[in-house]
Amino acid sequence: MSDAAKAGRERPMSPHLSIWRWHITMASSIAHRVSGVALYVGALIGAGWAISLAAGPDSYAAYKALLGSPLGLLVMFGLTLSTFYHLGNGIRHLVWDAGHGLDVKSANASAAFVFAFAVVASLAVWAIAFMIGAV
Amino acid sequence: MVSYRTPLSRARGLGSAKHGVGHWIGERVGAIALVPLTLWGVFAVLRLAAGDYAFAAAWIAQPLNATLMALLLGVSFWHMHSGLRVIVEDYIHQTLNKTALLVLNLFVCVLAGALSIFSILKVAFTVGAS
Repeated sequence: MSDAAKAGRERPMSPHLSIWRWHITMASSIAHRVSGVALYVGALIGAGWAISLAAGPDSYAAYKALLGSPLGLLVMFGLTLSTFYHLGNGIRHLVWDAGHGLDVKSANASAAFVFAFAVVASLAVWAIAFMIGAV
Repeated sequence: MVSYRTPLSRARGLGSAKHGVGHWIGERVGAIALVPLTLWGVFAVLRLAAGDYAFAAAWIAQPLNATLMALLLGVSFWHMHSGLRVIVEDYIHQTLNKTALLVLNLFVCVLAGALSIFSILKVAFTVGAS
């Protein structure tokens, strides 16, 4: 690196969050990252499930009780929302990568669709969970 | 010694490392695999949440369940390593902090992935099989 670069001349920055009016494609992009980080924690909870299963009946029962507690259920509901949001929006990204739906109108519509899908699918799964006695 | 390389030939290869596209494709291939695996995973969690330890052990002993669960966790850890890596590279610009977080991300994903897959295989081969 040259001395001129080391001196740390102020580089131009792209506009940040405070500059933009909120719009739905921006919200969907941020939600994709946030749900991805939430699912990172969710996968670690999944690994904990596998480890508690291998550790025997007592630790498995304790782990299940923890996930079934009010706080555990709240976390599981958040993870359900994150799962369906990240799944739907991930497919939206794959469609974009294939070169489709990149115009503003399609992008706005698909963002709204993915948000709605995440909510409806999560509520449906929890309705099933209550019906089969999983909660 | 006389160099027979042209100036253009010497300049070539001094730009990007030329392996970035591998990360990009790897993240997408993992994403494609996770579409069916995640839907199966939601179904699996519903089944397991309704049952106890004996049910879970017998369930995971079935080859299809053990394989899909190991793949779901394995591909998830692969994909989330790629995802968090991009987030760290986007927001952390201090070389030492960035390197530390990238190494930590890799170690957490590999450790959690190895532990969970080993645990599933242990239960599938011992408790659930009996």
